[in-house]
Amino acid sequence: MLAAVLTPFVLALAAPAVRRWAGPAAGWLLAAGPAALTLYFATLLGPVAAGEALSFSTPWVPGSGVMLSFYIDGLSLLFALLICGIGSFIVAYAAAYLHGHADLGRFLLFILLFMGSMLGLVLADNVITLFVFWELTSITSFLLIGFNHREARSRRAAVQALVVTGGGGLALLAGLLLMAQVGGSLELSVLLTQGELLRAHPAYAAMLTLVLLGAFTKSAQLPFHFWLPNAMEAPTPVSAYLHSATMVKAGVYLLARMNPGLGGTEAWQTTLVIFGGLTFLVGAVLALRNTDLKLMLAQTTVASLGLLVLLIGVGTELALQGAMAYLLAHALFKGALFMVAGSIDHGSGTRELTALGGLRRAMPLTFAAGALAAVSMAGLPPLFGFIAKEFVYKGTLDGPAALAVTACAVIGNALMFAVACLVGFKPFLGARTATPHAPHEGGPGLWLGPLVLATLGLLTGLLFNATERLLIAPAVAAVAGAPVPVDLYLWGGFKAPLWLSLATVALGALLLWRARPLQAALARRLGRLWGPDQGYDQFLDGLMGFARAVSARVQTGSLRRYLLLGFAVLALALVSPLLRHGLGAASFAMPMGDLYVWGVALLTVAGGLAIAFTQSRLVAILAMGVLGLAVAFVFLMFGAPDLVFTQLMVETLSVVILALIIARVPVSENDTRGWGRAVGDATLAIVIGASITLILLAVTGVPLDMSLSEYFAAKSYTEAYGRNIVNVILVDFRALDTFGEIAVVLIAAVAVLGLLGPRAEDKAAPESSS
Amino acid sequence: MNSIILRTASPFLVGLTVLFSIYVLLRGHNEPGGGFIGGLIGASAFATYTLAEGAAATRRALVLSPIALAGIGLLIAGASGLASLLFGDAFLTGQWWFPAFNPELKYLSTVVLFDIGVYLVVVGAILAIIIGLEDET
Repeated sequence: MLAAVLTPFVLALAAPAVRRWAGPAAGWLLAAGPAALTLYFATLLGPVAAGEALSFSTPWVPGSGVMLSFYIDGLSLLFALLICGIGSFIVAYAAAYLHGHADLGRFLLFILLFMGSMLGLVLADNVITLFVFWELTSITSFLLIGFNHREARSRRAAVQALVVTGGGGLALLAGLLLMAQVGGSLELSVLLTQGELLRAHPAYAAMLTLVLLGAFTKSAQLPFHFWLPNAMEAPTPVSAYLHSATMVKAGVYLLARMNPGLGGTEAWQTTLVIFGGLTFLVGAVLALRNTDLKLMLAQTTVASLGLLVLLIGVGTELALQGAMAYLLAHALFKGALFMVAGSIDHGSGTRELTALGGLRRAMPLTFAAGALAAVSMAGLPPLFGFIAKEFVYKGTLDGPAALAVTACAVIGNALMFAVACLVGFKPFLGARTATPHAPHEGGPGLWLGPLVLATLGLLTGLLFNATERLLIAPAVAAVAGAPVPVDLYLWGGFKAPLWLSLATVALGALLLWRARPLQAALARRLGRLWGPDQGYDQFLDGLMGFARAVSARVQTGSLRRYLLLGFAVLALALVSPLLRHGLGAASFAMPMGDLYVWGVALLTVAGGLAIAFTQSRLVAILAMGVLGLAVAFVFLMFGAPDLVFTQLMVETLSVVILALIIARVPVSENDTRGWGRAVGDATLAIVIGASITLILLAVTGVPLDMSLSEYFAAKSYTEAYGRNIVNVILVDFRALDTFGEIAVVLIAAVAVLGLLGPRAEDKAAPESSS
Repeated sequence: MNSIILRTASPFLVGLTVLFSIYVLLRGHNEPGGGFIGGLIGASAFATYTLAEGAAATRRALVLSPIALAGIGLLIAGASGLASLLFGDAFLTGQWWFPAFNPELKYLSTVVLFDIGVYLVVVGAILAIIIGLEDET
C-alpha cells in the first residue's frame, strides 16, 4: 500500500526525464503508472465489498505517536479509483493538450505529485499523515494553477487558492489535534469509533468549526467559493482533474470521513445543509450567468460540491446513498466535460459559448463524449447521473425541512440541466460559426479520456447492480459507520423522486428555452455586485496597509532610536529582577595583592573613561579595543585560554571593521550630541552597567552546579578523544548548536552584503575585480 | 591605506598568520584553539592584507569570493554530520578512524572536518564584510 502511494511521487520525479527521452510517447508511458494503480485498486474491490478493511502502518515520528499509516475502506477505495483512473487519462490528455509546450515536463511532474498527494490524503489513517498530504495537495495545486506564471492573473489565482485552502488547512490541523486529544488516538480508524465521546465533549463546537473551516475552504463552499472559478486560469487538464474529481472533493471526503465521528448532531446538520444548499443555488445561478465554457463548468462544480455537502449534512442513510452516488456520477461527467471543453478550445481556438456552434462534423468523437456526459449531468436515464439524482431526491425528502431542501435541490438541478445542455450540445449543434482556428479533432490523447469517462457514466448506470455492490454500498457503509442496505434502480415506479425528476427536466427545459435573455439579465444584474472575490482583495490590501502603518511607526529608520530602545528594554530586564529579589550575598574576592591586577583594573577604567569622554569617534573605537584587551587579561587571570584567544581576535577585528564603517558612513568625525541627550544616554549606560555588576555579584553567591562540567571533563577524552573540553563541546557534544551558529554567521554576512548595496555584491565576485 | 611599512611587512605577516591559524585550528581538539579561533586569526591575516594592498588584491589572493568560501565551509560542516548516518548514528555524531599504521593518530575524524567547516565559515563571513566595506571607501 505504501508502494501504491509512493508510485506517483517516483513517477513525478522521473517525468521531466521521460519527457525528454520519449518525446511524444511520454504521456502514454507515464499514464501507464496510474493505470496500473487503478488495476491494483480494482482488485481490492471484491475484498472490500466483502467487508474487509486493509491497513498499513509504519512508525514515522514514534516519539509523538505519529505513524505513517494508511487504511482502505469503501470510501477511500472509491476515491482512490477515481484519482488513479481519471488521473491516467489526464496525464495522457495533458501530454496531448500541451503538446510542444516548453514546460510540459514540469507540468507532468506537478500533476503526478498532486496525484500522489491526493492518494495519500484519501488513504491516510493517521491524522498527521492526513494533514501532511492535505497540505501537499494545496501546495501542488498552487503550482498547477500558477503554471502560466508569466501572467499576473494566473499568479493571483494561484496565490488566492493557496491563501484560502492553506488558511483552512491550519484550522483543520487544530481541529484534528483537538479531536485526537479528546478521542485519545491519532488514528482515524480508532478515533471515529469514539463518536459518542467526541460529540458529548465541551470542545465539540470548536472541533466542528475548525474541521468545517478546513473542508469548506478546500471544497469551495460559500463564502469561500470564489477561488475555484479563478483557478480556471490553470491549463484545462488541471481543471479537469483538480477541479472536478479530486482536489475540491477533498473537503467532501473529509466531511464524509468525519461523519461517524462528528456527524449526526443538530449543529452539524444545520450548518452543512444551510451552507451546502446556498452554495448549490449560488453556484448554479452563476454557472448560467457565464458564457465561457470552463467558467460555467467551474461554477457547476461549486454547485455540485454544495449539493454533496448538503446531502452529507442531511445524513440519513438515503441521503448518504445519494451523496455517494452523486459523487461518482459527478466525477465521471465533470471530468469528461472539462476535457471536452479543453478539446473544443484546442481544436477551435475559443471557449466562448456564444461563438461556438456546429462542431459535430469536425469533432465527432468529442461531440459523442460531450453529449453522453451532458446527458448524465442533466440526470436523464439510463445514465448514472439519473440514478444519482433519484437518490438525491430520496435523500432530501428523507431529512429535516424536507420541503425547503427538496425545493432547493429541484431548482438547482434544473439550472444544472440547462447548463449541461448548453455545454454539452450547444457548441456542436446548429449552424457552423466562424472560429479562430478551423475546428479539428485532436489526437487520441484528447478524445480517449472524455469518451471513456462518459461511457463509464453510461455503463455504471446500465450495470447498476455491480456499481451498487462494488462501489456505492461499501462507500456508504464507511460514511455511515455501519453497513447499510443499498438498492439502486433505474426504474422505481411512479413515486415522488420520479415526479421530482420530471419537474426538474420541465423547469430545466424552460430555462434552456429562455437561456439567452436570462444570461444577459443575470450578467447585467450581477455584474457590479460586491462579492467575496473583491473582499479577498480588500482583505489583503488592508493587511498590507496595516503592516505598512505598523512598520512606519516602529521602524523609523533612526539607528540611534533603535539602539536607545534596545538598551532601554535591556535595562528594564536587568533592573526588574534586582527590584524583585534584592541583592544576594556575594562571595567573590578579587585577588588584590598582585601588581598586575591593579594594572589590568587601571587599563579597564582608563579605556572606559576614554570612550565616555572623547569627542572623536576614532578615539572611542580605539579605546573600546583597549577595554576589550583588558577584559582578555581578566580571562587570562582566571584560566580561560580559549576565551582569551577569542576575545583578543574579536576585539582586533571589531576595531578594524568599526574603523572601516566610520570611514564609510557619512557622519561627522566628532560626537555631536547636545548636553541633554548625553546625560540621558549616560544615565542609561550607568543603569545597565551597575545592574549587570550587581547581578553578577549576586550570582557568585549561589553555589555553582558542577555536574555538567564534571560530566564533560570525564567524557571529553574517553568518548570524544579530545582534551580541550571547550572545543570538544563545540564540535562534538554540541555540534548541532555550532552548526546552527555558523549558519547564522553566514546569513549575517549575506545580510551585511545586502546592506552594503548591490555594488558591493557585484564586486564581491572575483570576476569583476579589476 | 598607504603605509610603506605595512605594505612591506604584510606578505610575511599574512603568510605566517595564516599558517598559525591553521596550526591553531588543528591543535584545537587537545590544546586551546579550534575552528572558531583559527578562523578569526585567519580572517585577521587577510584583513591586514586588505588594509595594505586593497580589496581587489585580497580577492585575487583568495581565488574564491569570501561568501562562497563561507558557503563551502557550511557545506563541509553539514556533510561531516551526514557521514554518521551511514554508520547508523544520529546526525553529527563524531566518527573516528584509527589507521592500523598509527592508532595513536587522532586527527582522522569527521569532528576535525566539522571544525574545518567552522573555520571556513568564520574566515569567509568576516572577510566578506571587511572586503565589502573596504570596496566602498
